[in-house]
Amino acid sequence: MAVAGEMSGVRRGDAPATPRVSSEWVVTSGVVTFVAWLTLIPLGFLVWQSFMTPQTAARAQQFTLANYIEAYTSPETFSLFVNSVQFASGTAVFALVLGTLLAWMSERTNTPFKSVFYATSIIPLVVPGILFVVSWIMLASPKIGLFNLILRNLFDTDYTFFDVYSMSGMIVVDGLHYAPIAFLLMTAAFRSMDPSLEESALMSGASTLQIAWRITLRLAWPAVAASFLILFIRSIESFEVPALLGLPVGIQVFTSSIYDAIHRYPSNVGLASAYALTLLVITSGGIWFQARIGSQGNKYSTVTGKGFRPRVIDLGRWRYVTAAIFLLYALFAIAMPFFILVWSSLQRFYSVPSWAALKNVTLRSYQSIISYPNVSGAVWNSMVLSLSSATLVMLLTAVLAWIVLRTRIRGRWMLDNMASLPMVMPGLVLGLAIMICYLTVGGGIYGTIWILLIAYVTRFLPYGMRYNTTSMLQIHKELEESAAMSGASWLQSFWHIVLPLLKPGLLAGWIYVVVVSVRELSSSILLYSPGSEVVSVIIWELWQNGQYVELSAFGVMLIATLFVFTLVAQAIGRRYGIKET
Amino acid sequence: MLSVKALFTEYQTPKGPPVKAAQDVTFEVPKGKFFTLLGPSGCGKTTTLRSIAGLERPVSGDIEVNGNLVYSSSRGIFVPPNRRNFGMVFQSYAIWPHMTVFANAAFPLEVRKNRPNKQQIKDKVMSVLHAVGLDHLAEREATKLSGGQQQRLALARALVMEPELLLLDEPLSNLDAKLRDKMRFELKRIQRDLGITTIYVTHDQGEALALSHEIAVMNEGRVVQIGPPRAIYERPKTKFVADFIGTTNFIDGDVRGFDETAKRWRVDTPLGQILVESDGTLKLGGKASISIRPEDVELQEAPLSGSPTDNHLSGVVDQRIFLGDFVDLEVKVGNYLLRSRAHPSLRTPIGEKINVRMNPEKCLAIEDDGGLKEVA
Ligand SMILES: Nc1ncnc2c1ncn2[C@@H]1O[C@H](COP(=O)(O)OP(=O)(O)OP(=O)(O)O)[C@@H](O)[C@H]1O
Ligand SMILES: [Mg+2]
Repeated sequence: MAVAGEMSGVRRGDAPATPRVSSEWVVTSGVVTFVAWLTLIPLGFLVWQSFMTPQTAARAQQFTLANYIEAYTSPETFSLFVNSVQFASGTAVFALVLGTLLAWMSERTNTPFKSVFYATSIIPLVVPGILFVVSWIMLASPKIGLFNLILRNLFDTDYTFFDVYSMSGMIVVDGLHYAPIAFLLMTAAFRSMDPSLEESALMSGASTLQIAWRITLRLAWPAVAASFLILFIRSIESFEVPALLGLPVGIQVFTSSIYDAIHRYPSNVGLASAYALTLLVITSGGIWFQARIGSQGNKYSTVTGKGFRPRVIDLGRWRYVTAAIFLLYALFAIAMPFFILVWSSLQRFYSVPSWAALKNVTLRSYQSIISYPNVSGAVWNSMVLSLSSATLVMLLTAVLAWIVLRTRIRGRWMLDNMASLPMVMPGLVLGLAIMICYLTVGGGIYGTIWILLIAYVTRFLPYGMRYNTTSMLQIHKELEESAAMSGASWLQSFWHIVLPLLKPGLLAGWIYVVVVSVRELSSSILLYSPGSEVVSVIIWELWQNGQYVELSAFGVMLIATLFVFTLVAQAIGRRYGIKET
Repeated sequence: MLSVKALFTEYQTPKGPPVKAAQDVTFEVPKGKFFTLLGPSGCGKTTTLRSIAGLERPVSGDIEVNGNLVYSSSRGIFVPPNRRNFGMVFQSYAIWPHMTVFANAAFPLEVRKNRPNKQQIKDKVMSVLHAVGLDHLAEREATKLSGGQQQRLALARALVMEPELLLLDEPLSNLDAKLRDKMRFELKRIQRDLGITTIYVTHDQGEALALSHEIAVMNEGRVVQIGPPRAIYERPKTKFVADFIGTTNFIDGDVRGFDETAKRWRVDTPLGQILVESDGTLKLGGKASISIRPEDVELQEAPLSGSPTDNHLSGVVDQRIFLGDFVDLEVKVGNYLLRSRAHPSLRTPIGEKINVRMNPEKCLAIEDDGGLKEVA
């Protein structure tokens, strides 16, 4: 009863609640401290380091502005900036156009087979970025790329048709990989649109194209702009594509420069930090804009709630064209990349698909990868890390979301911002910040698997926050209050009422965090050490060593595992009455 | 003008059989008339309207407008909705939030094949906006309009294309009560001034009675009765219609014979034997279902002067509710509770005896189709 009294006291909020030591208080303050420690401290170290000279055996660190001077005065920085923006906006536009087209086709037209759109078009989300890039190198590199070889044979020239090692190559590969995100965002936008807005245009005599252009797309404009920014941020942060496709031909972007600055000898962490902070400013700007559009978007929010009848447009013969577009997408984003990986995994040494090479098919690479040193350790590490980080993230953010939405504790908006902060931190930047932090304050964590766990939990905090806030908003406050009135303590009501009701969101978020943790490369690449490798790092190493067939075998097994995991987890979720989100 | 013949529309459902939303719907609307589809929620009004619009593709039937078939299953004709030139106002108004008031209303002209020039568009749009009283708001953002103004704008947008047919789906249901009354008159005035053939969908019987030249009452996908408002109200054909339009007393009884002097049927009921009006469906010895409106149940304390062709009964006041301009009473006659609506000057207290007179002309023998089912 004491707790119930205090809780309602806090809710009504005007009178300052007498601070009593209750489980609610302990949990709340513990969580706040923990989140601050996760997100704010490393950021502080990053800023500090960017003003310091490199530490050497001979000299201690000193305050300096040299890092910024070097970062901003070198002529390369300008091209770095131009490259980054060009790459990120190119990727965002490409992914957005493709994703919006696919979403429109699947939500608004009678394109054949569109029922399989949704399921297939999100498959690329499960595929780790580095594997996608590697498979595209096998498909479209000038020397060994399958597409080039086929076309050269066909036209009997040695012209290079596709060059994946170029700005446009980078944009296409990253854009194809991110198109599903645009697809999901735009599908949601189209679904929340009142169909009668389009129907009244139809009754006004407008044609299909006029409706799509003048009504549907304009109404979805806030969603288009927000999606563009999300995709822009994602691609300016992306590491795999610039590292694998850009670096070999000298196309530098921020992420690859950060990596370069750390891995050159002697490594220059200060310079990397200066780059990282610049990148941070760009992504923060993007997120800020996106939040602004989001709040403006309410103006257009057209959900009316009265009997939606999603009407499909009869495209007539054009529906074969749209079906072909979808098929092409599935071919280039799913089928071909997977095919080339499987093919390469069945070879002794990498060779382009041909009848001759078909005779050499062997499973040897699978044998050798299993016995490869570190592989079993890395698989174990990845499994432990992804399961525990997903569980931690979801539980932690459940408490956070509860505090933000359900209490009147002063400064809770800060908590919300703190938990969303990692969203603006590219993986590489976060990895760098954490690296500096634990190299300096130590505690023996650096060099162990724990530092990876910290990185993952921090990095995926915003995702957990989003899943939990969404589902928390749907739980009526009175359900909790009646638990308190029944005499339950705060902990009891949180455990028995709130968490079970959050279950659908918790499970969906948990699956998502598991998958992205397994794929995580850009933080891990800075934080792993011998003994704490994870699967994505193994793939990276295999690539550096030129062990393409082993890499492919490993990749095929990894993709298959992730795919099966997602299916099984969703099936379990459905059995317990949890709807897909 | 509009003729709908044997229209069937179904919805496919992912699981289970298709929903039969409109079945064998047939009606004719003469030019310039206001025709209303009336019925409870889920009876298929919207479906019928959308089938006329072309937004839904029927399973079978014919729809003809001005002598042109826009849909015919037998001849394989389906004119797409954007070629039909029908104006439609949706329940949610469907005002495009990214456009100004003017741009919303101008849209149908701008997407035309033979698009008028800028000045012509402007003149036309402004005159329509003037007609609905929105001309002073032309440059305002459409989202900054009140509910009633949005409703007018939706109407203006439907009218600007000079449609052959105006289709309205519960256009007043999102407005508050006062505004609804006002817009009701407005709608009627505009419709009459323009002389435009209008199909109106509503579940509000008051609205239907007030606005329409003719009403089609629908139930479970079928049209139950078509007629002018007065006929629908005064001479409902079935229990469902009587129940849905206004309130009524239902009395079941057995047919005893035909009274030659009164030219009415005699029916034994829980009230006693009464004389009833019938259009010929009653049979000697059969069952009868009788409807009488509360306002046709006359009450008085003084003894009634006897006439053998009238229904005279006596009962006891069981319940009374004062409602300002009238009182509602329940009178126990035999063991039947008869509802009556009387002038507030009637002050008989509960438990007192009272005399009841029911004009046999108002005691209607109707078809028992199960009446109005309560919908969740
Ligand atoms: N898109 C659809 N898919 C499946 N069934 C539908 C669909 N639209 C309507 N129905 C069903 O068809 C029947 C008739 O619906 P309709 O919308 O025509 O009713 P209505 O008379 O307009 O009702 P209301 O007054 O509630 O608007 C209902 O049983 C409804 O559930
Ligand atoms: Mg309806």
